[in-house]
Amino acid sequence: MKSQVKTKPAEDDRKLVPLLAEYGKIRAKQLGSSIKKNKLSYLFIAPYCLLFILFYLVPVLTSIGLSFTYFNVLEPPRFVGWKNYVDLFFADEIFLTAVKNTFLFAVITGPVGYFLALFIAWMINDIKRPKVRAFLTLIFYAPTISGQAYVVWKYIFSSDVYGLANGWLMKLGITFGAKLWFEDATYIMPILIVVILWMSMGTGFLSFIAGLQNVDRSLYEAGYMDGIKNRFQELWYITLPAMKEQLMFGAVMTITSSFAIHDQLAALAGFPSVNYAAHTVVSHLVDYGTIRFEMGYASAIATLLFMVMILCNKLVQSFLRRVGR
Amino acid sequence: MKLRHKKRAKPNHSRAGDVCSILILILMGSFMALPLVLAISNSLKPLEELFIFPPRFFVRNPTLNNFHDVFVLMSQSWVPFTRYIFNTVFITIVGTIGHLAVASLCAYALAKHHFPGQKIIFWVIVTALMFSAQVTAIPNYLIMSKIGFLDSYFALILPAIAKPLGLFLMKQFMEQIPNSLLEAARIDGASETTTFWRIAMPQVKPAWLTLIIFCFQDLWNLQGSNYIYSEQLKTLPYALSQISAAGISRAGATAAVAVIMMIVPIVIFIISQSNIIETMASSGIKE
Repeated sequence: MKSQVKTKPAEDDRKLVPLLAEYGKIRAKQLGSSIKKNKLSYLFIAPYCLLFILFYLVPVLTSIGLSFTYFNVLEPPRFVGWKNYVDLFFADEIFLTAVKNTFLFAVITGPVGYFLALFIAWMINDIKRPKVRAFLTLIFYAPTISGQAYVVWKYIFSSDVYGLANGWLMKLGITFGAKLWFEDATYIMPILIVVILWMSMGTGFLSFIAGLQNVDRSLYEAGYMDGIKNRFQELWYITLPAMKEQLMFGAVMTITSSFAIHDQLAALAGFPSVNYAAHTVVSHLVDYGTIRFEMGYASAIATLLFMVMILCNKLVQSFLRRVGR
Repeated sequence: MKLRHKKRAKPNHSRAGDVCSILILILMGSFMALPLVLAISNSLKPLEELFIFPPRFFVRNPTLNNFHDVFVLMSQSWVPFTRYIFNTVFITIVGTIGHLAVASLCAYALAKHHFPGQKIIFWVIVTALMFSAQVTAIPNYLIMSKIGFLDSYFALILPAIAKPLGLFLMKQFMEQIPNSLLEAARIDGASETTTFWRIAMPQVKPAWLTLIIFCFQDLWNLQGSNYIYSEQLKTLPYALSQISAAGISRAGATAAVAVIMMIVPIVIFIISQSNIIETMASSGIKE
């Protein structure tokens, strides 16, 4: 058909003028209707966007603005330039401890939690019976949704002899007195890392489970024909590339939560913790924001935290793009 | 003989690997489950069993005394305890319905309409997935006090309605609705609102449930003591945390409280699990 049209250019030209006119009419109609339609679209998004701007966007921008001021809520904010940031890095030793702890938590619990979630979701997906799959999903997801059930770790690592860890260690004759788990700076970190990993199968984990279920079965068969030898090759060359979008989503969720660890730490190790051994950037933020009411300083902490989270996400996303290559 | 004839779903997976992965799942699974089992077991222990040496994992003489204590403590509170329950239930229901309505409406426009600014709006919302509550807490407090929402239900409900995660999931799920379906409705003369409500919304029921669950979980556990001063407006988690705050003398009641708070979200997750998984399948972030 195409070649036929090309051989008769003259006839084509003759048809072109009325065709263009027709096209113009339709286009104008479309434009008119698209404006009308857009009005409706903006109306649809308006309620959400208003609330979103008010409670998410404005706060972040306010936070950035306030970070350059001294603000104690009672007096109006006073502009102080970069002072808050300079103070954070050069005059606040506790902040540096907090940064160190946060990175330690984030670097360990972030990637470990992420890969653990992926690994477990992957193994669950290989189970044939749907009932068993659903049960296992529940088991792994339950700690994240069970509210403040993590306080049970306070019982396990209680500092008296009635706690499970102390009681059992003494009964077995490994230790002879009660260890002060959450009062001894050397134990706080490792225990808390275990607790946080216990709670790390969150939204990302569900996303992985779902992503794995939706990988096209025929891809696996094709892979088998093409000589994929074992499950790890299959994971790298077929499964992971097919669920790249879920991997991205999981990464965003993991990064956000692993940099924002605080509640569990405060409940278990106390706030502030002994020798600031479990003091994270968010703990520091809570300290200045809700206890000392130095809002400018707290905003500077929040802004830094936010910037680091975005940076991390960019890094991880550029890494995830290479999956399966 | 029968075993050998059974067709293996994935012939390139070794049997040893299957066994290994099952072993790992059992090990990891018990690590995940045991603390929760312990929480339940603790809540059934009489006080003398909670403070016993050597400590026991499982309860020996189970009793419901701890739960009874919680109810006694509840009845002694200054504000009638039902008020706390009402507050949390009210906030949870209004917030969840509001979130579902507002987020679906916006998600529908973002997924199925074309209008200028659409891409930027969605990009901002994806970025907002990274706004952790702590980053926005302080300015949020200032905004609430400026517009006079402090110490009212609004302070807890409104931010929950605009939560980015729900909108994001809903938008991704709505992308899957075939355009031809919506087109057909429009040709039949349905208005855009009718198309949204009658055609699009019934198609995304799994996403509804997911949004409901996530929103429910947030609001159910919300203490909100930063925004609320009046005792009669405080939430159930706050009131229960006050019971736990009394320390060792209420160790039993504390354990019971933990169980009460964890049972509800878990039960709701069990009921809606398959719907949630279906929604999460479309949760991916596209480049």
